[in-house]
Amino acid sequence: MNFFRFITGSIKIIFRGSKTYYTWLIILLLLILWGGFGYSGQLAHGLIKTHMRDSVSWAFYIGNFTFLVGVAAAAVMLVIPAYIYDWKPIKEIVIFGELLAVCSVFMCLSFIMVDIGNPLRFWHMLPLIGTLNFPSSMLSWDFFVLNIYLLLNLFVVTYLLYCIFYKKEYKKSIVLPLVLISIPMAVAIHTTTAFLYNALPGRVFWNSALLAPRFLASAFCSGPAILLILFQILRKTTNFEIKDEAIWKIAELMVYAMFIYLFFTIAELFKEFYSGTENILFWKYLLFGIGDHKEIVPYSWSSIIMGCTAFVLFLIPKTRKNFLTLNIGAVLIYGSVYVEKGIALIIPAFTPDVLGQIYVYTPSMTEIRTAVMIFSIGFLLFTFLSKIAIAIVFENYNIESLNPKIYSK
Amino acid sequence: MKNKNSRRSFIKNISLATFSALALSGCNSEAFDVFLQQNFKTLSKKEKDRIIKNLEIKYKEKYGKEFHVSDRPALEGTSFGYALDLSRCVGCRRCVYACVKENNQSRDPQIHYIEVLQMEKERGIDFAHSTAQYNPEKVPEKGYFYVPIQCQQCKNPPCVKVCPVRATWQEPDGITVVDYNWCIGCRYCMAACPYGARHFNWGEPNVPNEELNTEVHYLGNRPRMKGVVEKCTFCIQRSREGKYPSCVEICPVGARKFGNLLDPDSEIRYILENKRVLILKQELNTQPRFYYFFGI
Repeated sequence: MNFFRFITGSIKIIFRGSKTYYTWLIILLLLILWGGFGYSGQLAHGLIKTHMRDSVSWAFYIGNFTFLVGVAAAAVMLVIPAYIYDWKPIKEIVIFGELLAVCSVFMCLSFIMVDIGNPLRFWHMLPLIGTLNFPSSMLSWDFFVLNIYLLLNLFVVTYLLYCIFYKKEYKKSIVLPLVLISIPMAVAIHTTTAFLYNALPGRVFWNSALLAPRFLASAFCSGPAILLILFQILRKTTNFEIKDEAIWKIAELMVYAMFIYLFFTIAELFKEFYSGTENILFWKYLLFGIGDHKEIVPYSWSSIIMGCTAFVLFLIPKTRKNFLTLNIGAVLIYGSVYVEKGIALIIPAFTPDVLGQIYVYTPSMTEIRTAVMIFSIGFLLFTFLSKIAIAIVFENYNIESLNPKIYSK
Repeated sequence: MKNKNSRRSFIKNISLATFSALALSGCNSEAFDVFLQQNFKTLSKKEKDRIIKNLEIKYKEKYGKEFHVSDRPALEGTSFGYALDLSRCVGCRRCVYACVKENNQSRDPQIHYIEVLQMEKERGIDFAHSTAQYNPEKVPEKGYFYVPIQCQQCKNPPCVKVCPVRATWQEPDGITVVDYNWCIGCRYCMAACPYGARHFNWGEPNVPNEELNTEVHYLGNRPRMKGVVEKCTFCIQRSREGKYPSCVEICPVGARKFGNLLDPDSEIRYILENKRVLILKQELNTQPRFYYFFGI
């Protein structure tokens, strides 16, 4: 009953807002509609509406999935520095980090659902009623850890908000171990996702032990970028207090991550290009194109240029501590990792295909619209959840404000 | 023990019912039945018979033709093997089209189980410099040789290992099959296959009614649906009846050989013992049952 009131109270809050809030919601709804109509074509006619074919059988959808796993992982890993450097609002960082993680995992699972040929048969993967190929298939591992991670974060964040809502002290003995588990789980989801690609001997482009470390490094670039901007917005609009130093510290940690990522990538490139075996073809296709097939090249270079610019902006203390250049850098690194995971990670592994044939893939309009739909739903969800969290954590919205008559006595 | 079982099946039934009610409210009971159907490998003989009978009725309604759907299991003491004579193959692609016809592959969108690669003699087997798009007046072309590639029916199949729902498996006679009713269409197997042998029904498959082959096997050439993976099964509907796969039968130069690896008098055993054979991408340890050799 108490929980029910917490839920109804939360639902009430998402309908209260300023004009800007409602404009934002309408924009998201329009995008969802526009994307949804694109997706309905795929539902009716099948994945033929995408540009995937037998040669390039995985592409933009699974790339988006991979990117979002990274965001989900990094959002929670930010708890480590918050704890070590003793940033004051650690509870708030946990709450917003986990909310972001919940929304990202939700989007991940949506990208899987739109990518499979028979979404209605998803129950074949469920334990007991289906035949999950565990532990042999890495996809079954991924499905398993992602769902646990989702439930874990959802529970912690709901519990924290519930306690604040009822003005109760939360039980440290419940929250602390769960947060401590969710940190290695964050590493686990991204590592498992890397392993999904990593050990397919037929796909040499992925068959490098550096794949999982690179995944983690790049996640630590893109995930905090979102929180960096979110914290600044919260600081302006609510009484959320985070010191400039904490934000700069996040940026500093991102520079380390970017450096490690750059180093790993250079190591990978050196090994491929200096040894000069046939396997160089995939990197060549990514960076320079093969023959006349240069369609993927603009994507890869835009990712490289965005990433390097962000690295320089974050590296120089002056631009790191200037909020304008800092935010430009955050957007650039986010964009860079998005293109890298969305396109540059997946497509070259399939081009040329296992029989050496080239099929040129770029995302179709249906794929772009479907992705827009999922991102908009994800943003909508995140907006709602943040709205609830902001009201409860900062605006003193609690059980008493829900029904003032009873409690005012 | 019995108690535990019934509880388990209770959970199973309840959850299945809920899910399906949610997913299919408004659909007819037949679609409902098909939706609820379990992995073929786990079904009893009785359930299999019922499903196959329903399938024959459904095909009759849909195509107006009498289908014969078999679910004949692997024969005791068979382990199929295939050998292809690279010195004989002329790259005519008759096998490609015989296969399409025999196995009811979609014509548009087009699915081919066999891909014939044209390779330069000077380079040897080199995928990166090969082409599948050769189109001269007459084959073979001077300076080139031809390597047809289809499912290599690996003894250590990477595709089976990665399938998240066990919708594909290796039969006792060595043929790797797909349960089209269980495949969720995630295409992980296609990412894992080093031979490009797995094909996806990106759209609704399309076979002209008059060209339908009505002699079908449940795990082979029965009509497929949109959104599932399919592959070469060594013509399971033929090979388990003691016939050659249709690619073997059609080959005009006799480059294709097929037989039981466990039978010491078979032609395939003769080739393995007397010719020098090679397998594709042996470094991947997939252990193909598909051998290439130079007969002359």
